[in-house]
Amino acid sequence: MTGKTTENFNSNYLNYIKSQDPPTQHFKNCLSAFGVGGLICCIGQFIRFMLEYIGLSGDELAGTTSVVLIFLGCLLTGLGVYDRIGRYAGAGSIVPITGFANSVTSPAIEFKTEGWIYGMAAKMFTVAGAIVVFGVFSGVIVGLIYYFI
Amino acid sequence: MGQEILIIALAYLKAFAVGGGICLIAQLIINFTDLTAGKILVYFMLAGVVLTAIGLYQPLVDFAGAGATVPISGFGYLLANGAMRGAEKGLFYAVTGALSAASAGVTAAVVFAFIMSLIFKSRTKRS
Amino acid sequence: MKKGNTVFFKNKPCIESFSAVCGSKEKEGIIGQYADIALDDDMYGESTYEKAECKMLTTAILQCIEKRGMTEKDVDVLISGDLLNQIISASFAARDYDIPFLGVYSACSTMSESIMLGAMLVNAGYVKRAVAATGSHFASAERQYRYPLELGCTRPPQSQWTVTGAGSCMIGKSGKIKIVSATMGKVCDFGVTDVNNMGAAMAPAAADSIMQHLKDTGTQSDDYDMILTGDLGALGSRIVKDLCWEKGFDISKVHVDCGEIIYKVVENEFQGGSGAGCSATVLNSYVLTKMQAGLYKRILFAATGALLSTVSSGQGESIPCISHVVEMEL
Repeated sequence: MTGKTTENFNSNYLNYIKSQDPPTQHFKNCLSAFGVGGLICCIGQFIRFMLEYIGLSGDELAGTTSVVLIFLGCLLTGLGVYDRIGRYAGAGSIVPITGFANSVTSPAIEFKTEGWIYGMAAKMFTVAGAIVVFGVFSGVIVGLIYYFI
Repeated sequence: MGQEILIIALAYLKAFAVGGGICLIAQLIINFTDLTAGKILVYFMLAGVVLTAIGLYQPLVDFAGAGATVPISGFGYLLANGAMRGAEKGLFYAVTGALSAASAGVTAAVVFAFIMSLIFKSRTKRS
Repeated sequence: MKKGNTVFFKNKPCIESFSAVCGSKEKEGIIGQYADIALDDDMYGESTYEKAECKMLTTAILQCIEKRGMTEKDVDVLISGDLLNQIISASFAARDYDIPFLGVYSACSTMSESIMLGAMLVNAGYVKRAVAATGSHFASAERQYRYPLELGCTRPPQSQWTVTGAGSCMIGKSGKIKIVSATMGKVCDFGVTDVNNMGAAMAPAAADSIMQHLKDTGTQSDDYDMILTGDLGALGSRIVKDLCWEKGFDISKVHVDCGEIIYKVVENEFQGGSGAGCSATVLNSYVLTKMQAGLYKRILFAATGALLSTVSSGQGESIPCISHVVEMEL
């Protein structure tokens, strides 16, 4: 019973527990992911129209739209609302850029009890750091490929 | 006037459908594989980078507007676009182009997260 | 005397008193009426979750001692642990007392390990009175093991809710409830790597220790009024019954899981409560109260613990688990 080495690991047991898994409500959570994700994108579209109306265009328009959405994500996180949305919406709240904002704000708020430098600031990117790292890295590769071709 | 309203309504519909669709794909992956949210976000972003680099993401952005730029793959689109435009200007801009294009987003995230941490406290949960 | 992995207590150490402190969500459930202190505010007036957890543990220990009209001078040793790194809750709680402190860790099995060690010390005559205590807090566990609280992530259906609460009991020479024997658990690892499926990871350890106890004592599961596991949850409970059945032991009639009964509503998605505080609060409020009243005459208390850390699971390791069994009788 003690399975000390990997060979002893009971693959029968692992198959058995998979069969015992409680059912995921696929339809319900796909529907809410679709709905909430679509809604957040609509809000993004609305913000874009508003900014276009006041005269922004091009890069400034795209950048400011992101900034407004990120602000909303951070605010809802601070108010303690975003995690409730996330519980219901799953991927619908994780995938949009507001999810990125939430993943940066929540550790910042959480870890300030350990201080401003080693807590809040150092741990701000514990969840989202991978996105920044891989984003920058892949961007550099694309840039280099395009430069040399 | 009616024509304009129709165009705007259609824009919202397209944004909803495409944005929701991308989130739906992510949700299906969460349900059917044991990939965690963190990994999915990185993969989606990389997908955005790759699709933009090979020219397939731009048509989606032209079609769906915010529906393609708001999801995390849109962040990849932003990065790749910045890198591609930087490559046209020179080696230095090829390398720095990606993060420069994304600087608005990253700056906003850092600044607002900092401000929120000054104002708000963490809350425990009941359910 | 020892047979197999089970130690038999010839001098019958007793549970002299017990006490539990629970959080607001737990207050709504079965232990709300039986716990000594049921909080409305999970922060317990403190500025951080870790301090709140420590205060709950300190309070549980104090209540336990004072209920018998005693002071800390009457207690010879404090055996305690918790889920936080370096067991800071237990250590900082012990700071408030002038009692020698033995810190222990077996994750959510800490309550049964502490009681077992206390009983061993009292039985052997090394100490007259020992206090065993442990606790946990939802927010501090979440911060350490999973994600920041405000992160908008979903919880998978097999996941459990860490209990906010602390429980403590005093083991001495006199009392109605006697500790008859205890089985020392072995680490069991069946290769489960999913950190959200603790029930499935811990069930083999529970099954192994319970069956070991039955073998060593030569008893059947029907000889007991209750076989109480710590936090297997709904899924883990099904699995442990199946695992025992496979080896010829039927525990289904007497098996109860603290994690399954602790919350008022076990929502469809979740498997119930978990954490060191789960078994500690349920035992030291509801179960021992009912035992003293004569409702249960002979029980097995088998808290179960998952011995992983964020580092081990990050490195792809599976989840080794353990379960210590304590037999109590009127």
